[in-house]
Amino acid sequence: MTIAWSDFTPWAALSGGILIGVAAAIFLLFNGRIAGISGILGGLLNPAQGGTSWRIAFLVGLIASPLLWLGFAALPPIEINAGYPSLVIAGLLVGLGTRYGSGCTSGHGVCGLSRLSVRSLIATLAFMTAGFVTVFVIRHVLGA
Amino acid sequence: MKHTLVSLITGLVFGLGLIVSGMANPEKVLGFLDLAGLWDPSLAFVMGGAIVVGLAAFAVARRRTLSFLGLKMNIPEATHIDKRLVGGGLVFGIGWGIAGFCPGPGLVALGAGEAKAAVFVASMIAGMALFEILERKKTAA
Repeated sequence: MTIAWSDFTPWAALSGGILIGVAAAIFLLFNGRIAGISGILGGLLNPAQGGTSWRIAFLVGLIASPLLWLGFAALPPIEINAGYPSLVIAGLLVGLGTRYGSGCTSGHGVCGLSRLSVRSLIATLAFMTAGFVTVFVIRHVLGA
Repeated sequence: MKHTLVSLITGLVFGLGLIVSGMANPEKVLGFLDLAGLWDPSLAFVMGGAIVVGLAAFAVARRRTLSFLGLKMNIPEATHIDKRLVGGGLVFGIGWGIAGFCPGPGLVALGAGEAKAAVFVASMIAGMALFEILERKKTAA
């Protein structure tokens, strides 16, 4: 393992993480809900879940956040090197997997671990491990 | 109505957090997932920062039956660990490793006007819709 010191941004990562935690805290304490993005988006596809207006409001806020940022500063780079076929496959797997697994990096990762849920810890370990292995295979076995 | 406004604000703050932290940049995420290459450990600090605040919030929430706006506390009660949970996590992780996008950052990059993020988000919604169809078939059978 070699650390990429030139890319290492612990303070930005920590500040961003705190903001994410503040968002999750606001949502929990005011709305009584878990800020799980896959659940909020996926719930829109199932009318039985209800809560269409707050779900849409959350997603509008999330999608509009780069515009708010642009009002004050230039956006940091968003580098997407995956090709279109990879993006389609990745999207399908993320959509299916987060719904079957009942959560993603926000719901299980941030909120689940914050409430010390063993179920979320297992889910987080599963997707982290799969992420590490997938990148290893793509970059170091297939050499893409 | 107030809770819809809180949702909007939460989405905005969450998105700003994803941008500041570097999570909205797939190349940064893949640098974190690439343990065997030039590893960038930054994103471990995102989870760390978020959880420190989250722990405090859940400590307060646990002592309440209603939220500050008087809504019911909808905290998940499920504790079972099964094939769906682990299998779903693994499938999600593979998709995450392929493109470097998880759901939140995909939506933020879409908002930043990235065409590739739009393709990812459309496919992700298709994956979620496929889940709904498969689930309904199962309950109908």
